[in-house]
Amino acid sequence: MEQEIIIQIKDANSFYGAKQILKNVTLNIPAQTVTALMGPSGCGKSTLIRCLNRMNDLVPRFRFEGNVLYKGIDLYGKDVDITDLRREIGMVFQKPNPFPKSIYENVAYGIRIQGIANREFIDGIVEESLKRAALWDEVKDRLHESALSLSGGQQQRICIARALAVKPHVILFDEPCSALDPIATAKIEELITDLKNNYTIIVVTHNTAQAARVSDFTAFLYLGDLIEYGPTAKIFTVPQDKRTEEYLTGKFG
Amino acid sequence: MVGNRHACSLYLLIWFMLKRNNIVKFKEALIERLLLCCSLLSVLTTAGIIWVLLSETIGFFKHVSVIDFLTDTQWTPMFTNKHFGILSLLSGTLVTTFIAIAVAVPLGLISATYLSEYATDKMRHIIKPLLEILAAVPTVVYGYFALLFVTPLLRQFIPGLSGFNALSAGLVMGIMIIPLVSSLSEDAMHAVPMGLREGAYALGSHKIQVAFKIVFPAALSGITAAVILAVSRAIGETMIVAIAAGQQPKFTVNPLVPIETITAYIVQISLGDTPHGTLEYSTIFVCGTTLFVITFFLNVISFKLKRRFQEIYE
Ligand SMILES: Nc1ncnc2c1ncn2[C@@H]1O[C@H](COP(=O)(O)OP(=O)(O)OP(=O)(O)O)[C@@H](O)[C@H]1O
Ligand SMILES: [Mg+2]
Repeated sequence: MEQEIIIQIKDANSFYGAKQILKNVTLNIPAQTVTALMGPSGCGKSTLIRCLNRMNDLVPRFRFEGNVLYKGIDLYGKDVDITDLRREIGMVFQKPNPFPKSIYENVAYGIRIQGIANREFIDGIVEESLKRAALWDEVKDRLHESALSLSGGQQQRICIARALAVKPHVILFDEPCSALDPIATAKIEELITDLKNNYTIIVVTHNTAQAARVSDFTAFLYLGDLIEYGPTAKIFTVPQDKRTEEYLTGKFG
Repeated sequence: MVGNRHACSLYLLIWFMLKRNNIVKFKEALIERLLLCCSLLSVLTTAGIIWVLLSETIGFFKHVSVIDFLTDTQWTPMFTNKHFGILSLLSGTLVTTFIAIAVAVPLGLISATYLSEYATDKMRHIIKPLLEILAAVPTVVYGYFALLFVTPLLRQFIPGLSGFNALSAGLVMGIMIIPLVSSLSEDAMHAVPMGLREGAYALGSHKIQVAFKIVFPAALSGITAAVILAVSRAIGETMIVAIAAGQQPKFTVNPLVPIETITAYIVQISLGDTPHGTLEYSTIFVCGTTLFVITFFLNVISFKLKRRFQEIYE
């Protein structure tokens, strides 16, 4: 099957100070699929996914070499406005981080900062985004309560709704379930599977079963090297590299 | 013989260790008592102050009605025609405080935002100590700075400005309070979790939007606490207003004329030759009580806000 490539990572090397984290990572992400990034703790999964929306720019002493092409545009190019591109490449973080504002204002935030103030338009987007994030029914009667009053799983779905509201094409998830209980986790997984029809999804996960359940493609990182990449079914059944196999069978974690 | 000597030294050793242990225990108990005494001392001092204030105040209100005190617009305890209207002193305090806050809050918040959201670590390490120097200047220096520098300067633009006035005292007091506002607000903004900023950047925020739409509101209760503390500081400030604002109790909001604040009045009477035990003398305790009540409530509100802020993020 011929698939459109939406993100190309080329020879990515990254450093915190003098310490090299990513080593020559090259990876193509097909559009409208779920790609899982797996690997042992500290291997650089977060670092890699945060290169895709340049979140690492906020970290002092971080340095990146290489290219990340999004629809052919180099995100690390000289005259790229990353602020605009971040609207197309949304992100959901490991720890739910709703703003200390109302549920409504959390979801509306991304549109408001674009200078849009049309009440009806914003109402529409808030409703649509909350529905997509499978949260509408639970919160529709309390939109103006603080988002901090919600449960962890609901907070994470607020964060997903908030990301959806600005109409991204790609959504990055960095271990979105690691702070959640199994029921909330199942909901988020279901949501990720639903979303892939309209969005390209990249999800970092520690949980091999989760990767198997939600993803179409899997990339296995080990100590900053991309060891293996391919369709999830293939990686899980016939891993090419011994380290992948050992990781999947739980020999190290 | 040898065995005996051994036993003997062993006995000595044990005795010595026991004794040492006892000495250590004794020392610790002594230190504990001493520390307890020190903290009791400060509690007792506070209690003593409150007791003196209250008993003198009650004595005062046996001669002057509370209604007159709160509604009369003249304050003339030293004249034959005595009036005890706190409003004229209170208006002086409020005008200088208002001016000081109008200076300190905007400038303090701007510098806090800069320090917390924009400055590099290096800049922060240069600017913070510089700001703190402002807080270390003795207030008497600020007072003469207001009287001898700011007032003459302002007079070139405002011809009607009196030599003593609320305006320059308030302005200089505002400058003095900037570090208080900026350092407490910066603490509050700094305590806003990095995750919130990341969340906002990930939605396509510019830095200024992150600072003003996310960090600032998230830190609002901490910032409000800082502002209230600044108000309380301005109300209680004594030296600057005693030197530069005048000694003429006046029920007015005009910042260009000499006025007198509650604190300045207390200084004036304390340094004068009013005989102890008279009604005139007891006015300073009434003024003290008034100040105490106002600043106490402000500090309580500030403390509560600060705690609420900590509950959200810790
Ligand atoms: N801000 C930072 N400064 C310095 N080193 C960092 C920083 N963030 C991460 N690192 C280091 O970079 C390496 C990779 O970190 P990263 O967070 O990408 O790993 P990860 O694969 O996401 O791990 P985990 O599964 O634990 O989340 C680790 O060795 C970590 O210590
Ligand atoms: Mg991680």
